[in-house]
Amino acid sequence: MSLNIIVLAKQVPDTRNVGKDAMKEDGTINRAALPAIFNPEDLNALEQALRLKDANPGSTVTLLTMGLPRASEIIREAIYRGADAGIVLTDRALGGADTLATSYSLAQAVKKIGNYDIILGGRQAIDGDTAQVGPQIAEKLGIPQVTYAEEILDLKDGFVTVKRRLEHGVETVKAPLPCVVTVNGSAADCRPRNARRVMKYKYAVSPTEKNALSDDMKAFVEQRPYLQLQEWGAAFVEADPEQIGLAGSPTKVKTVENVVFTAKESRRLENNDAQIEELIKELITNHTIG
Amino acid sequence: MANFYTDNPDLRHHLNHPLMRKIVELKERNYTDAEKFDYAPLNFEDAMDNYDKVLEIVGDLCGGLIAENAEGVDHQGASCADGHAIYADGTVENLDACRKAGLMGISMPRRFGGLNFPITPYIMAADIVSRADTGFENLWGLQDCAETLYEFGSEEQREKYIPRVCQGETMSMDLTEPDAGSDLQSVMLKATQKEDGTWVLNGVKRFITNGDSDIHLVLARSEEGTKDGRGLSMFIYDKRNGGVTVRRIENKMGIKGSPTCELVYKNAPAELCGSRRMGLIKYVMALMNGARLGIAAQSVGVSEIAYREALAYAKERRQFGKAIIDFPAVSEMLAVMKAKLDASRTLLYETSRFVDMYKVYEDIARERKLTDEERAEMKKYSKLADALTPLAKGLTSEYCNQNAYDCIQVHGGSGFMKDYACERIYRDARITSIYEGTTQLQVVAAIRHATTGTYRTLMDTYAATEFKAELQPMAENLKALTALYDEAVAAVLAVGDQKYTDFMARRLVEMAGNIIMNYLLLLDANRNDSFVASANVYNKIANAEVAKHSEFIRNFKPEQLSFYNI
Repeated sequence: MSLNIIVLAKQVPDTRNVGKDAMKEDGTINRAALPAIFNPEDLNALEQALRLKDANPGSTVTLLTMGLPRASEIIREAIYRGADAGIVLTDRALGGADTLATSYSLAQAVKKIGNYDIILGGRQAIDGDTAQVGPQIAEKLGIPQVTYAEEILDLKDGFVTVKRRLEHGVETVKAPLPCVVTVNGSAADCRPRNARRVMKYKYAVSPTEKNALSDDMKAFVEQRPYLQLQEWGAAFVEADPEQIGLAGSPTKVKTVENVVFTAKESRRLENNDAQIEELIKELITNHTIG
Repeated sequence: MANFYTDNPDLRHHLNHPLMRKIVELKERNYTDAEKFDYAPLNFEDAMDNYDKVLEIVGDLCGGLIAENAEGVDHQGASCADGHAIYADGTVENLDACRKAGLMGISMPRRFGGLNFPITPYIMAADIVSRADTGFENLWGLQDCAETLYEFGSEEQREKYIPRVCQGETMSMDLTEPDAGSDLQSVMLKATQKEDGTWVLNGVKRFITNGDSDIHLVLARSEEGTKDGRGLSMFIYDKRNGGVTVRRIENKMGIKGSPTCELVYKNAPAELCGSRRMGLIKYVMALMNGARLGIAAQSVGVSEIAYREALAYAKERRQFGKAIIDFPAVSEMLAVMKAKLDASRTLLYETSRFVDMYKVYEDIARERKLTDEERAEMKKYSKLADALTPLAKGLTSEYCNQNAYDCIQVHGGSGFMKDYACERIYRDARITSIYEGTTQLQVVAAIRHATTGTYRTLMDTYAATEFKAELQPMAENLKALTALYDEAVAAVLAVGDQKYTDFMARRLVEMAGNIIMNYLLLLDANRNDSFVASANVYNKIANAEVAKHSEFIRNFKPEQLSFYNI
């Protein structure tokens, strides 16, 4: 059975190698000081997608990412590792989006792709650490979701069986297709780039990148459809301007503080509603949450 | 996570050598493959960019997965069960990753699914792999056997086997037997032709690296009643056909992830490769030359990791209130390690380029007649490759052992413990100067190039270079060393006794090696200032070594040879 697989990915600043200049004075990320990388857990998701493709010949893996035009870098990266195609959803109107606006925009793009069997993505991105976008997309598309996936065990007869890695152990669940599966960092590492694919696809460019090429290279790319990456805008995916970008984002950052952890104490709670409620009240009172 | 290619700028320096343009243009036949294969390069720059990008994949895999697995592989080692060799878990992962990355069949033509890379970037990959896991380099590097299969197999055999190698099937070269080690003329494994014309093999092979591979090249006695090398032929054994079992694997000192097998052939079906009787004298010689270059690359990888481990420890370890690297005794050791590493590497790539040059002409000659000029170039480079291959294998393997020794020394007492990588490096290094011909046998292969002048001509070629002003004094000094070398060669030849020449051969070959490597470092420094220090440090070593040998030969009376008869 051939599958249409969509992998959601994000280009993120490499927060694992944070230096002194990683944060600007105002507390926002200094993106210039951090290399942009493929969000690590999205690579785990890509590996699961590629395994599905290996097991189901004829399947296609399409990478979908929202971001700046340079996010086409991670599409090439995915193609080098085995993905078939990629789309960058990029538009000034999409800028400043929180998870709600992002998931709406991506869901619109998924609808535009249409006819998908399964959507995979990393559990969360290392820049925001929300783990909200995957689940929200599932909600917006009205399809089931499986989170914390460690391995896709089986996919047949319209169902996918997934091993989930949870805090207290593992759980195996079955969900009807199509569905969204978000993958944990504990899942198998992504396979390396493939030498032949790198040589074949190294000139793959998005329309924005193509504009910067010499006439010779433009012609070279135009003769080869496989070198043409796609860029979609908000209008193309028929997104409601009110629900995207800053306008569609109820999350507003008030201030950002540089927090240095000092407390080392730990506390153990019993597993009952009373103690949990008490803790929630305490955290709300001291503004840790809420 | 480190990338073992991009974190080492010396590699790009060697990859971007001026001779590469010619090698690549010949190898790519003026880039005509681009019309047939979507991954073929469009021009020289594109080809070089391909090598660079693929080496980046190699560096990434090596700096990550393969280096991380190295310790576990060393502890677990390979094992043997039910007539088969079983790789350590890490080895299985490494091989799987190399297959997925498409790093098998790197130098094979595209029509068989290969990458059609010249030998030089392939050897560079071997250098990088060895730094990550020396024993794994053996398994991965045995893809080199496909080169021999390509050169001497029939078109049918090429089509049958080479694509499988490019897909990731492993190979082995089954040469050694209990009574045929260095002396392969004594090989006894029996090849019998049946009435239908097919062949079967019977007998035992020993010390076979990766002996449970998918596709074997086997040296066997096809001519009954013969006793020498002229009765031997080369065969291809396909594991899918069965007939060969692994009786045991050796418990080795190092490269423990690479299974060294004792094989039993019981009516194992095999195909004759090439012509009968040419097995040893032509094919295995070619196979060994390729393998020796591979071991030189493996040795350079060992030197690299030994130097890096020692350097890192010397910077971190503090005694008497300062890092031990700040003590001259330690920093000298590190500078010498680096100089030996750089000398080894520059000789390695000079050799690989010479191999590339003659092999690419040989390959073109399979398609069309070479012009007189091309034929002359092929002969020139073939001779140079023949001269530098044993020199490179012999000297780089000795240097990597010295570097591994010094790596432990820099670590002091901690280096003697199993806690640091240096003890594994030391054990892994040890085999490099033994297999594929011991250093003593490399000297046997190299000595005629000292006595007939191949090395001397090469020194003259280097000396004719226009060096930067600051490098001139060293260039002058090398001319003086060359005069000492000339004097030593003449003195040995003047005695006119083969036994005496054999006795002195090592000294002459080492002198040639010292001078050639120093010239090569000077050429590196001429292109890139980062080699100035190593060229200078190595110059001190070369002076001392050449003087030592020169003195020895000058003061030696031929009759004193009798004292060495134990």
